[in-house]
Amino acid sequence: MEDQRAGGACLDSDITAQTDIQLQPQTSISSSVETLTRIKAGKVSKKKSRTSRASAETMAKQQREISISEFFARNRHLLGFDNKRKALLTSVKEAVDNALDACEEGGVFPEIYLEIKQLAEDRFRMICRDNGPGIVKAQIPNIFGKLLYGSKFHRLKMSRGQQGIGISAAGMYGLITTGKPVSIISRTGKGKPAHHYKLAIDTKKNKPDIIADKTVDVPWDRGTEIEIEMVASYNKGRQSVAEYIELTAIANPHTTIVFKGPDKKVVEYLRNVDELPEQTEEIKPHPHGVELGILMKMVKETSAKQLGAFLSGEFSRVSPKIAKEVCAKSGLTQRTWLQSVGPSDIEKIYNVLQETKLRAPSTNCLAPIGAEAILNGLLKGIKAEFYTASTRPPAVYRGNPFQIEVGMAFGGQLGSLDNNGNGDEKSKQPPTARVIRFANRVPLLYQQSGCCTFKSVVDTKWNNYGLSQSRSSLPQAPFVVLIHMASVWVPFTSESKEAIADYDEIRKEIKLGLSECGRRLGTYIRRKKKRSHFAQRRDVFHRYIHEIVESCRAMTVCNKDDLRNALSDLAARATEAADMEFDDHGKIIAKRKGSDSEMDNTIVLGESEQAPPGQMELFAGDDESVTERKVRAKKSKKKSKKSKGAKNAKPTGKKKKKRK
Amino acid sequence: MAKKKTKKSTAKKKSASKSPKTVTKKRSKRGSNGVKTTAKLEGLAESVVENAFGRREPAIDIPIRALSNVSFNPKTRYIEMGDRCQQRALFNYGQAKRFMQTLLVASKCKELVDADKTASIRQIYYLAKHTIKGTKEKTFDSQDESDPVIEDLEVALEALREELHVFAGSKGALIGELTFVDSGDTIDATKLGSGGYAIPSIVEPNVIQFKKCKAKYVLHVEKDTVWRRFVEDRFWEKHRCILTHGGGQPSRGVRRMLYRLHDELKLPVVCLLDNDPWGYYIYSVIKQGSINLAFESSRMAVPNARFIGVSSFDYDRFDLTDDVKIELDGNDIKRAKQILNYPWFAGKKAWEKEIKRMVKNGFKMEVEALCSKNLTFVTEEYTPQRLKQPKSWLD
Repeated sequence: MEDQRAGGACLDSDITAQTDIQLQPQTSISSSVETLTRIKAGKVSKKKSRTSRASAETMAKQQREISISEFFARNRHLLGFDNKRKALLTSVKEAVDNALDACEEGGVFPEIYLEIKQLAEDRFRMICRDNGPGIVKAQIPNIFGKLLYGSKFHRLKMSRGQQGIGISAAGMYGLITTGKPVSIISRTGKGKPAHHYKLAIDTKKNKPDIIADKTVDVPWDRGTEIEIEMVASYNKGRQSVAEYIELTAIANPHTTIVFKGPDKKVVEYLRNVDELPEQTEEIKPHPHGVELGILMKMVKETSAKQLGAFLSGEFSRVSPKIAKEVCAKSGLTQRTWLQSVGPSDIEKIYNVLQETKLRAPSTNCLAPIGAEAILNGLLKGIKAEFYTASTRPPAVYRGNPFQIEVGMAFGGQLGSLDNNGNGDEKSKQPPTARVIRFANRVPLLYQQSGCCTFKSVVDTKWNNYGLSQSRSSLPQAPFVVLIHMASVWVPFTSESKEAIADYDEIRKEIKLGLSECGRRLGTYIRRKKKRSHFAQRRDVFHRYIHEIVESCRAMTVCNKDDLRNALSDLAARATEAADMEFDDHGKIIAKRKGSDSEMDNTIVLGESEQAPPGQMELFAGDDESVTERKVRAKKSKKKSKKSKGAKNAKPTGKKKKKRK
Repeated sequence: MAKKKTKKSTAKKKSASKSPKTVTKKRSKRGSNGVKTTAKLEGLAESVVENAFGRREPAIDIPIRALSNVSFNPKTRYIEMGDRCQQRALFNYGQAKRFMQTLLVASKCKELVDADKTASIRQIYYLAKHTIKGTKEKTFDSQDESDPVIEDLEVALEALREELHVFAGSKGALIGELTFVDSGDTIDATKLGSGGYAIPSIVEPNVIQFKKCKAKYVLHVEKDTVWRRFVEDRFWEKHRCILTHGGGQPSRGVRRMLYRLHDELKLPVVCLLDNDPWGYYIYSVIKQGSINLAFESSRMAVPNARFIGVSSFDYDRFDLTDDVKIELDGNDIKRAKQILNYPWFAGKKAWEKEIKRMVKNGFKMEVEALCSKNLTFVTEEYTPQRLKQPKSWLD
């Protein structure tokens, strides 16, 4: 589900802002659902009354409560199930995000197996398995069979999901479109039983409907497997499941993802980082980031009794001293009972708070991917020759801490592949650069042009960094730029959570990140050009050497071959720069004067290190098992290589300098 | 920078090389019968070979042929070439092709010298032009590339063009009271009809020997057409002189001929050229030598030559009409100022006046403009009158 990812959500503002959701499992739903239903029902009845005049009594008969599940069943586009294609992607997203969150919270390196099986023309089965801590038996039906059930509601913490609608909504979508229940197997550890549930959602009551509940034998020790059958359509290329998985692997290099598509091709993204992302802390809202309505809600919800305690207790960076000041300025005191604070007072407090100078919020609530991990992620997902990444220091917009990270990959096979990774050697034109966007490690696939990150890329003067770019467009180059925004609250432009809003502070950070990496890229490109320049010179010298040898021979006595060799040696010496990629054994990569790797957080691969171009074809085999084996062999080879790269990419900034 | 390299290679002489190295820097006083040309050419190739085997990048030192490397010697009164050399290196991206071309032309000259044949500069161009093995590139794209290379070779080797057995096309003609032998044929320059004797590119004593001379001076005019006016009016007969023209800027053959007439037959040389910056410069080249070929000044310049016209003052002097005027353009004025700044013009009051007057006049005049009075005005009135006024000649 789209909206589960990060930061706030439509649902938050639509529902939770006006209602009081508590985090206790059962009771919370009813209250929120009630409100929602009232709104909904009100609308419905108004319409009715226009057509047939009715009395309050007849209207009352039609006024009924509908459940949140029913509401979303009818309005599934709000959850990202607008069409068949997007439905599949959304389901995958929810499943994978949940799996990742579960594993990370459980402190294990995520290993995710995802399979899409095609059962009929437009019917697919999604299977997603993780190695997370598993779910206790009693909670399985609630988590997968109930909307708005979860542990992540609306908190100022950097995490993928927020509300707990996602996976149950996916199950609901499957149920609505196919009538088949969701199948869940979960096991909490070795020696413990694996429980297999089949669940349907009772949309009327927003309650799980247990169809089957048994204990089964599974070949794995721990984790959760979910299987949903749904009407969907599977596509390739942009905005596809495959792209989503690829990007997820890039942003989560600590994860192993195995993806098997309907065509039975297996793609494996192996873990190449040995550290789990740091667990982030939840922070209290910063006064500059709250809105009046939220403030009112907070006043209502707080357990504090007096104004001073409320201000200093519920917000970050509001000390008792500042609270006192604020109270005084709004004509109240710290001792004022909250019950006696009216809406006009709250507005006054709100205005005072906005004017008060406060320290920026603490930033330990952020867990950036880290430049090193981004490098490994790019290395894993993108075949290029040059990689660089940088993590900006945390910054703040409207009281919300955030952090921008930028990664870049350039050259290599990117030049011969089109944007979707498909070989397209025929097109001579350099491909258009690709922007990959993440918010809290979740890939953003839609509404690229409306996104702050995309605008920043377009606005950057890439010509300064050695790439060609026409006015206000992406540069034309074999180039991928990654932008990640980590924040406790990612500002999306719309409810669908597909693009990051254009705040000046965010734009500035992105620009700085882009130029930092861009400078390194520029340096690399210039050096590369210089090398090829010298190689070109050598060609010219060699071309003339023959003529010179002939001329000298015509004028004086000399051995032609000796002279030719002597001159060739000299030519090689004069164009040494072109040789910087060769070592004494003639092997590519080694001694490189003014080494590219002296730059921080940068990896440069020699030609031999880049994955052979034939690799893509490996997946194209018909025989499933053979293909798989081949891929595995290939992968394991690559893994060792990659891990070497990863080792070298340690923050010391020393990379593959020496290689025998 | 250039010198040490050559010295080194000279010092480290290989036993295999028989002849001494000659790409040296002793800028000899044009010892024409010094070392043989073949040896010079061999020396060039040897220096390349030796450098290559000695792990040094081969390079040829070529004296710079530009205003910056010439100086006017007030004693000899001609332009001399300085010592500044430009190194042409093989392993310099910008010079590699030129280097190759220089050696290529040198090898072709060697062939010519060995076979005792001469070739025109255009023939040299075709001799040396071919497609480079394994490429689509030609050794020379046009004659404009090979001509300067030949001149480079001349200066670098201190060998004259004729010594390299290369000649240029004939340009310029001669007629008048002179008898000489050209390649064994005796020519009486008074009996050459209207066409005269075409001055060849090479007029060295081994080709042309003077026999009898009744002329009192040489009158050099700028162009063929003016020269024909004088021939038709038999000016050389009436005034006992030799008439030459150079077809605009005189070629080396014509200049060498003037030099020899002046040097060997002690004939004064007077010039009748257009009244414009280009005319002035033609005169300057005849008198002091050219910048480009400064190394040959000593055997071509005629420091005693005099400019008799057309002068900027002749408009008033001869009461000419407006019809003779050609307006000066920006280029003319620029060039006039340039000429005025040449060291060999500086300090000559008369020239300063002359050039300043032209600029002040705002127009220039061709010799042929004098025909606006009448056709034979130039031969019957103007020139005889100018010849009688040596004090108004320009030095």
